[in-house]
Parts: sequence; structure tokens; C-alpha cells
Amino acid sequence: MTDLIAVFLFVGVVAYAVLGGADFGAGFWDLTAGGAARGRAPRHLVDVSLSPVWEANHTWLIYCLVMLWTGFPRAFAAITTTLYIPLGLAALGIVLRGAGFAFRHASLRTPEQRVYGAAFALSSLLAPYCFGSVAGGIASGRVPTAGNGDPATSWLNPTSALGGVLAVLVCAYLAAAYLCVAAARQGDTDLEGYFRDRALAAAVVTGLVSIAGIFILRSDAHRLFVELSHRALPLVILAAVAGLGSIGLMLRRAGIPFGLRETAGAAVALVVLGWGVAQYPYLLGTHLTLDAGAAPRPTQWVLVGVAIAAGAVILPSLVVLFRLAGRGRLGGVTDQISG
Amino acid sequence: MRPVQDVLGPHVAAAGDPSQLLPAREQMAFTLGFHIILVPFGVALTTLMLVAHYRGLRKGDAEAMVLAQRWAKVSAVLFAVGAITGTVLSFELGILWPGLMGRYGAAFGFPFAIEGLFFFTEAIFVSIYIYGWRRLRPWPHFWTGVVVSLSSIGGAAAVIAANSWMNQPGGFTLVNGRVADVSPGKVFFNGAFWYELLHMLLAAYIVAGFVVASVYAVGMLRRRTVPDEGRATTSAGHDAARYNRLGFLIAFAIAAVAVPCQIVVGDTIARYVFDSEPAKFSAIELLPTTGTHVPETLGGILLDGKVRGGLQIPDGASLLAGFSVNTRISGLEAIPAQHRPTDREVSLVHLSFDVMVGLSFALLALGLWCAWLLWRRRVLEQQRWFLRACAVSGVAAVVCLETGWIVTEVGRQPWIVVGHLLTRDAVATQGNLWAFFAAVLAIYLAVGLTAGAVLVSMKRRWQAGGDDSVVVPYGPRGGVAGAPPEEAGTR
Repeated sequence: MTDLIAVFLFVGVVAYAVLGGADFGAGFWDLTAGGAARGRAPRHLVDVSLSPVWEANHTWLIYCLVMLWTGFPRAFAAITTTLYIPLGLAALGIVLRGAGFAFRHASLRTPEQRVYGAAFALSSLLAPYCFGSVAGGIASGRVPTAGNGDPATSWLNPTSALGGVLAVLVCAYLAAAYLCVAAARQGDTDLEGYFRDRALAAAVVTGLVSIAGIFILRSDAHRLFVELSHRALPLVILAAVAGLGSIGLMLRRAGIPFGLRETAGAAVALVVLGWGVAQYPYLLGTHLTLDAGAAPRPTQWVLVGVAIAAGAVILPSLVVLFRLAGRGRLGGVTDQISG
Repeated sequence: MRPVQDVLGPHVAAAGDPSQLLPAREQMAFTLGFHIILVPFGVALTTLMLVAHYRGLRKGDAEAMVLAQRWAKVSAVLFAVGAITGTVLSFELGILWPGLMGRYGAAFGFPFAIEGLFFFTEAIFVSIYIYGWRRLRPWPHFWTGVVVSLSSIGGAAAVIAANSWMNQPGGFTLVNGRVADVSPGKVFFNGAFWYELLHMLLAAYIVAGFVVASVYAVGMLRRRTVPDEGRATTSAGHDAARYNRLGFLIAFAIAAVAVPCQIVVGDTIARYVFDSEPAKFSAIELLPTTGTHVPETLGGILLDGKVRGGLQIPDGASLLAGFSVNTRISGLEAIPAQHRPTDREVSLVHLSFDVMVGLSFALLALGLWCAWLLWRRRVLEQQRWFLRACAVSGVAAVVCLETGWIVTEVGRQPWIVVGHLLTRDAVATQGNLWAFFAAVLAIYLAVGLTAGAVLVSMKRRWQAGGDDSVVVPYGPRGGVAGAPPEEAGTR
């Protein structure tokens, strides 16, 4: 039962990594797109691709927080009293980002758009780094069960740095892959190539950092390293295959790169899953197990109910939304009428 | 008896409180106070939108359709702001109040999960509704709007379940200070749930109604000064004067009907609070000592444990609480000294209550004034003093909302979970909370100002000529799709 709650929680973590990650990554490419004139086309694509879904993606974060504080309240308190600095920074980053994006979307003047755009882009880097370092702090056992762990070293340490850098890279990789497909669908070959190059670069750098990460984990988070190379090894291998597969798809350079989004998303999801499997059955480092940190049974049942209801209600309505948004983009001119 | 520093100290924190308590409480008060203003628009502005939409569909009313479209866009902007501030709130629960979430998350955390479900649904359907103009058939499109409205009510209900649980906790057992068993039904539908919910929903209709009405009242005041413009038809093809009047009437009517209901409900709730939350009631009534024949004190503050100033209506409070002058009301002295709210907290609760009730009656009078004018078949556009009063009614309604919320929340101090956990024991012990507060304050101000600027610019564009290709969060882009907007850049 507790394991089921942990699975639901982790579904949220994976979904946030894949969907929210692409969202953050789009901000990364927005930031690096260059001046107003040069960056216009990629920024516009970012804007168009994100606008229908940007809020829905971040609801996964709220979902994770709520699952954690209801399902595993002690662990939640331990994490927030220890890692309050990166969590606070991430919260501020998300706010700034949401506001920046929403209002750039709604404002018409370029200077205003610049300010909102800069807020959006910079915080798109800050937030994933912070989340990655939080994951690193938890995974390397730096969050004591009683909470109030070291506020600095809990997130300024080798594993956290690895987590943070990987998070930023993974976001950039995902976003570039998604945007590449989005550009291809619009028949914009220039933009498609633009994001294809960036996705390739990000994929290669992510792969290299992951390899370097193996050595960091071995010295800094030994149990995680051991489990990743044993129990979670199949997932790690699959992740590598998916990552290489996406690189292969990009190198083919033919037509709309079918399967690119899927392989890129799968690679990231598998890495995050690998972390979850390696960490099991511990919630915090190697000192608090899921069972020890769990809420009473009735609370767990409610969470299961909510998760099922979420699946039943939200998935179909998301499909309707994506269809409508897609139809509008293909319809082109209808946007003008209804705007 | 009374802690001395309560009256001498510069703030409401009491002796022995950790230094973190003040910034944490200030931040929570500020962020919740900000967020609560957005709730009525999710709950009630969407209802106004549906009323206009229904009228537009049923009667082929062009102006009503324009109203529905514009209100949907305003809802989307405010929903975006609410999503941002709501995210901050969920982080704050962990960062500021780890003692609360760590100890009681297992008991009262799940309503937030339900809220998340409704929020998610609302976010999706706000998008569907806005995208759906011209892309969905008329009635299915209308029903997607109904989902928006219902899910915002559901979300509000879930958050109120969590909040009312803090005021009247129940449905859990403690073993060694830890939550050992939970009855989810009793947690969600706790003693205070139904009345807090009803009170909040009515408040939502009052706030959204009067705020929207005040916008159109200003519009009517302006319009009359330029008579030529009076019956101008905008480029969008609707009658501007009729549009203004219709917008005003839909919003005002809903609010004006909600006010008397709210007064009856509020009066009943006060007696519930008298029965089930005596400490809060004694703060509301500014009552230091227990007794019968308790006067109703209007205004006044508590200083050194004694009532200073204010107007006293003999036997008023006893009569209102139990319909008899012999009704015994317990005073602040009945609360154990270490759990007594500070004088400042009591004064704040009491004055807030007075402001809330006073303004509610003023809004009631405004509704009656309107009814009288309509009965006498007066032209509303010519009733300048009435319109001026309407123009400030939105602010008055928001003040009612905030003061009502202060009564509920400050009235529960020093407890965060009444009878179980003190606020000072729930606060984070590490970290520079002032810095966090300052950053949040700066971002909220920026978000608030920007949202205001966006709404004003939308209004200007609409006024300029009914240009409805305004781009909003959750909406599709205006302009020629596929072409990048002019110089969209960040550098």
C-alpha cells in the first residue's frame, strides 16, 4: 500500500521531469536565442508551443508536494527544514517564470516583453538546478529524519551539483527535441535544423555529464551507486538506449523526426525511474524507509482515490485540449478570429 | 496575567515566540491575503460569464456574448495570477510551517490533493473554454464553461476544508503525539466546513459582482460626460451603452442578491462560532470577562486587558448570541493565560468584524437603492451619485472579504491547529525568513502591478474599438497565426 503511494508520488516526479522539464528547457533556449531580431523565430515557437500547456505542466509539481506532505509528512517536514534554500529559490523561480511567461504572452510592447521574457528565461535555469540539487541532497542522505539538516551542504555538495547540472541539461535536451518536432510539424525546416542541432548538442553533453556522474556518485552517494549498477541497471541501460536512439533519429535528418519526442522523453523518464528504483525502499538517504515515514492507511486510501480520479478526469480533458490547440494551430487564421 | 510585551512590543508576537514567528506570519498573511482576492473571480466571475453567455445564446444577444468573451479573458488573467500565488502558498506551507505539515499533514493534507485535482481540471477547461469560441459548437462550448465554474467551487471547497479543519480539528487520533488514525470524512466535513464554505461562496459572488459592477459604473459615469458617445456602436458591432448597462446589471444583480443572504448566513454563523469556538467569539465581541447582559461593543480596542473606546449597545451581544439578555458569553479570561490571544490580536479581530458587518450593511443599502431606482424607472446612467457609490462598492466588498478572513484566521491565534498545535511551535526554526518574505513581497508586487497593467491595457483596447483580438494566458494567439509577433525579444 505504502509502495503504491510511493509509485503515485513517483509518477508525479517523472511527469514533472518530462513535461515540466521541457517547459523549463524551452526557457533555456529562449534565454540563449540571441537578440530581439535573431531570436524572434525560435522565441515565437517557444511561445506557441508552451502557451496551451504551461500551467498544466506545473500542476505536477503541486501534485508532488501534496502527495509528499500528505503521504509522507515527516519526510516532507525533514526536507523543507533542511533544503529550504533551494526550495525557496525554486519557488521564487517558478513564480517569476510563470509571471514572466504569462505576461509576455499578454503584453504587446517590446520593452515590456523583454523584461518578462528575461524573467521567464533566467528563472527557467534557476528552478531546475534547484530541484536537481534537492534530489541530490535527498539521494545522498543529507536530509536527516528529524529535519533541520545542514542548510548549506545539504544542497551544495557533489551529488547535488550533479543533480542540478543534469536537471538543467536534461530540460534543455527535452525542450530542443520537442521544439524540433514542433518546427518540423509546421514545415519550418530552418527552425527544425536550429533545434535539431541544439538537441544533439544537449544530448551529447548530458551523456558526458552522466558518465562523469558515475564517479561522483561512487564517492559521494555510495548506496545509490551500488543500486544503480545492480537493481536499477536495466533502467539505466534502457535510458542509455533511448538517449542514443534519439541521437540516431536526429542524425538521420529526414522528414518529421517521428519518435524523437518519445525517445527523448523515455530517456529522461527512465533515468528518473532509475533513481527511484535505486533509492527504494528508502525515502531519505538510507535512514528513513517509505513505511516508517508513511501516513496512516485511511489517508493513503484517499490519496489513491484522488490519483485514480485525476487519471479518469484529467487525461480525457487534456486530450480535448491538445486537440483543440492543435486544430487551432493548423487552422491558422481561426486564431485571429477567436483570439 | 497578561504578557506585558503584548502591549508594549512593536508587533503581535508574544514573549517566548521564536524570532521566526513574526516574518512567517506576516508572509503567510500577506500571500494569503493576496491570493484570497483572486478566489472570487475564479468562483464567481466565471458564473457572471456563464450568465452572459447563456443570455447571448438564448436570446441572440450580441452585447451579452461580448461580455462573456471579455469576462472569460479577465478570468484567465486572474486565474494565471492565482496559479502563481497558489504555487507559492504550497511551498510556504512546507518552508514556513514544517511543524504543521510534519505533524498533521497526514490528517489534513489530503484536501489539498483534492484541490489540486479541481485546479488541474479548471486550468484545462479555462483553456478549452477560451480556445472554444468558434471552435466548438455553441452549447457544448457553454458547458465547458460550466465545468470551469464548478471546478473552481470544488477547489475552493477543498481549501476551505483544510482551513476549517485548522479552526475545528477533528477526525484523527494521536498516539505519542503522532497522527495514528484518520477518518477522512470527518476531516473534510469538519465542524466548521459547511458554514465557512457557504460564507466564502457568497462572499465570492459579492466581491466579483461589485468589483465588476464598479468597473461598469465608472464606464457609465465617463460615458455620460461625452453624450455623443452615448449610443456609439463600436467597430465590433455592439451597442456600447447597452453593453455597459448589461455588464453592470448582471454583475450588480448577483452581488445585490447575495448580500442579504450573506447577512443572514453571517448572523447564523456568529451563533455557531459562539457555540463551537468560544475563544474566537470573545475576541469578536471584545469581551474580557465572562458574563450575561453582555453589551455589543462597536469599535474600541483592548488595551492592558481592558476595553478602551467604542460604543456599547446594552445587552446587544447577549441578545444576538442567544436571543436573550441572560445569554452567558465567556470572555477572554476563560482562556488559559498561556493560550490567550494578545490584546493586539483581539483588537484586530474585533475591529475587522465591525468593519465587515458595517460595510455589508452599506452594500445592502446600495442594493436597495438600486432596487428603488429601478422600481421608479429611473435611468441608471443619470443617477450620478448612485453610480459613484457603485464605483467604490468593489473596494468595499474586497475590504469585507479581507476583514472576514482576518476574523477567522487571527481569531484562531495563538493556535495554528486549535487546541492541538501552537503557531509558534509550527514555524520553521532555521533560515532567514525575512529575506524570503522580502523576495516574495517584491515578486508579488511585480505580479500584482503587472496583472493590473495587463487588465488596464485590455480594457483600453476594448474601449478603443471593441478590438477583441486580445491575447491572454491560456488563450490562442491573436494576430496572424504563424507569423512571429513584432520584435518579440528578450534582449
